[in-house]
Amino acid sequence: MENSFLFQAIIYLAAAIICVPIAKKLGMGSVLGYLLAGIIIGPYVLEFIGEEGESIMHFAEFGVVMMLFLIGLELEPAKLWQMRAMITRIGLSQVLITTAAFFGIMIIFGFSWQISLAVSMSLSLSSTAIVLQSLKEKNQMDSSAGKNSFAVLLMQDIAVIPMLAIIPLLAVAGDTLSKDHHGSPIEQFPGWTQTLFVVGAVGLVVVLGRFAFVPVLRMIARTRLRELFVASALLIVVGIAFLMEVVGLSPALGTFLAGVILANSEFKHELESDLDPFKGLLLGLFFIAVGASINFGLIGENAIMIISITLGILFLKTLVLLGIGKFAKLGLDQNLIFAIGLSQVGEFSFVTYSFASQLQILDKPTNDILMAITAISMTITPLLILLNEKLILPNVGTLEKEEKEADVVDEKHSVIIVGFSHFGSTIGRFLRASGIKATILDNDSDRVDLLRKMGFKVYYGDATRADLLEAAGAHDAKILISAIDSPETNFLLVETAKKHFPHLELMIRAKNRADAYELMEMEVVNIYREHLDSSVRLAKDALVKLGFRSHTVHRLGQNFIKYDEEALKDLVKVKHNQKEYISSIRRTIEMQEQLLSSERLRKFTINDHAWDSEAMKGK
Amino acid sequence: MKNVLVLLAHPKYEHSIINQNMINSISGLECIQVHDLYEIYPDFNINVQSEQELLFTSEIVVFHHPIYWYSAPPLLKQWIDLVLEFGWAYGPDGIYLKNKIVFNCVSSGGTDAAYSKQGKHGHTLREFLLPFEQTAKLCQMQYLPPFHIGGTHKKSSIDLQKESQDYRNLLKYFRDTKDIPDHLYQLDELNNFKF
Repeated sequence: MENSFLFQAIIYLAAAIICVPIAKKLGMGSVLGYLLAGIIIGPYVLEFIGEEGESIMHFAEFGVVMMLFLIGLELEPAKLWQMRAMITRIGLSQVLITTAAFFGIMIIFGFSWQISLAVSMSLSLSSTAIVLQSLKEKNQMDSSAGKNSFAVLLMQDIAVIPMLAIIPLLAVAGDTLSKDHHGSPIEQFPGWTQTLFVVGAVGLVVVLGRFAFVPVLRMIARTRLRELFVASALLIVVGIAFLMEVVGLSPALGTFLAGVILANSEFKHELESDLDPFKGLLLGLFFIAVGASINFGLIGENAIMIISITLGILFLKTLVLLGIGKFAKLGLDQNLIFAIGLSQVGEFSFVTYSFASQLQILDKPTNDILMAITAISMTITPLLILLNEKLILPNVGTLEKEEKEADVVDEKHSVIIVGFSHFGSTIGRFLRASGIKATILDNDSDRVDLLRKMGFKVYYGDATRADLLEAAGAHDAKILISAIDSPETNFLLVETAKKHFPHLELMIRAKNRADAYELMEMEVVNIYREHLDSSVRLAKDALVKLGFRSHTVHRLGQNFIKYDEEALKDLVKVKHNQKEYISSIRRTIEMQEQLLSSERLRKFTINDHAWDSEAMKGK
Repeated sequence: MKNVLVLLAHPKYEHSIINQNMINSISGLECIQVHDLYEIYPDFNINVQSEQELLFTSEIVVFHHPIYWYSAPPLLKQWIDLVLEFGWAYGPDGIYLKNKIVFNCVSSGGTDAAYSKQGKHGHTLREFLLPFEQTAKLCQMQYLPPFHIGGTHKKSSIDLQKESQDYRNLLKYFRDTKDIPDHLYQLDELNNFKF
């Protein structure tokens, strides 16, 4: 019974639900919470899970793949191209210098050069999952530390490819000719064909991303079945990951590429919000598995050695990163976030260890110790980040931080327009002409397609979902404009926005008085009845054609709208009582007419005598 | 014949018998154009470009308006603020209004007696119109004394007819005369001008 799937699921979920909120409450971030949950349910504390932890880890590594897809989605190709110098300069120097440093030290300690190279390469990698999750949670992705960290992680992902290629050569060079394979089905082909396969696979991803995914997603979106859209999003990610594994590339890198290609498509926000929960759960599972896989038995036996090696590795990596950060002209506080954040050994290292031990470059005890060191370093990182934040950062360069904050804002738009029919597009065009860019959402995929061809950056999606609004930047926006036709959808949107984003100023289109009443009762302040202004404008023109003076009519029209909106506030109170409502309406109409006619008849000339001296004398 | 541009600024023209009479007396005359600002720009959104083109082709400009609180109605001020641009009407290269003739044609509740040193308002009308005079000077225009219809509340129909006729004759005179005699500039009001 303990091995049943449901029971397992209960253990994992319950552990996460208990530990993560506690960790967050203590200010430690969710990553540490998951790791603690893993340790607690692992073989050394509660013994709920044993050896299967490792296989779960392999499954959950898929969370990392998804995360990179989502990161790709947020990174448009142009932006990636801008980052190219940072990726090659900062990223490559980190991988090379760190590898060289560990290699040298291991040689000095008397290891063979083959083992030294395999291990030092693995140790140079950092954990994409932990670092990015922490940066995102703290909203530091757009800071210079965040950007540099991301560049390093991306370079490491790329570096995994040559590493996996080099490790088998070490086995050959070390004369341990065990013809084991690491599972890539194309390995039987000669080298140049393999290269061809790799290039072909990457090309396929690019071509599919540019020409196939969007039309297919559009077709799926037209069916209006949400689960079908989720399924196709998952299919894209899983498919690409599989393709990459077949040709021996990093699946994370492949999905990242696909994400970048789709970053310009209208489905960006929809894909983000659909895949986000999967990513979150899988990453959580991954961290739990890492926590559970820490071999406390082994650590107990070699406590001093393992802990000192781990600390040594963390220290050396931090030192190298600090140097690179200094070279990249990072301020001290940003540099500390950058260096300490990336100091751990990453999840890809688990892959390289097992690969190397399959090739018998590493023996079983060494492999176990390395696994333990890696897991501990990953567990310690969130703690180190926390210490850095609470103890070190407050004492250095706080000034710099304030300066950097302002940069972040212009990445997001302060206005979100929902619904881009004739009503919404007029709003959008006027705002754009006034230099205000807005994030635009619409859930008619055909219209989105058309508008995109016309050059509008419109995103597809149902805006009554909080997660989609979130993806569209509702947290940073100031104003949410709804130009949706359907009143029911509008009410839903207002409810969602009020609940999840109470800071947003809501500006809502209403079809008629009845809708306006409903919105008023929902405490919406800015209500725009869609026909009011244009019908008043028409009436004004008619009056001018009948011989009224334009300026007088202009004032009358403005006052008419003002009186009408004021009257609405009184009428809403009696809208359920038909008798009172009708008498109320009659009263207001009468009053409005009186006010307007007195404005129309007001004569400036009537007081002319007051300006004359003789008239004064007469009085 | 010179082009005469009458810039009419009256927010309640439909209620002003005086101004309707005056405008009627000059409408339809050759080369005299009445430009009704409150009718054309009810929302105060003045088209600067087209106003400047109009000014450029006119030699005589009349600010035709009632006196409200010793000044013109707000749209005329808005017009001056927007149309008389730096570098076009004044300042370096601001030469497009140079030597054009300009004056105010105003109606007021107060009579000439009220607008005098000893009268209720303590100053002459011309003194109150000093901002217009200096505006004209800055634009290198020739500023003439105002044409004034005072005491509007007690104006008899016959007097009004006569004064409207004077206004009509005055504009026609400016339209057709090549050089305006110097003594005109020294008058208190153009109403005193004897042809």
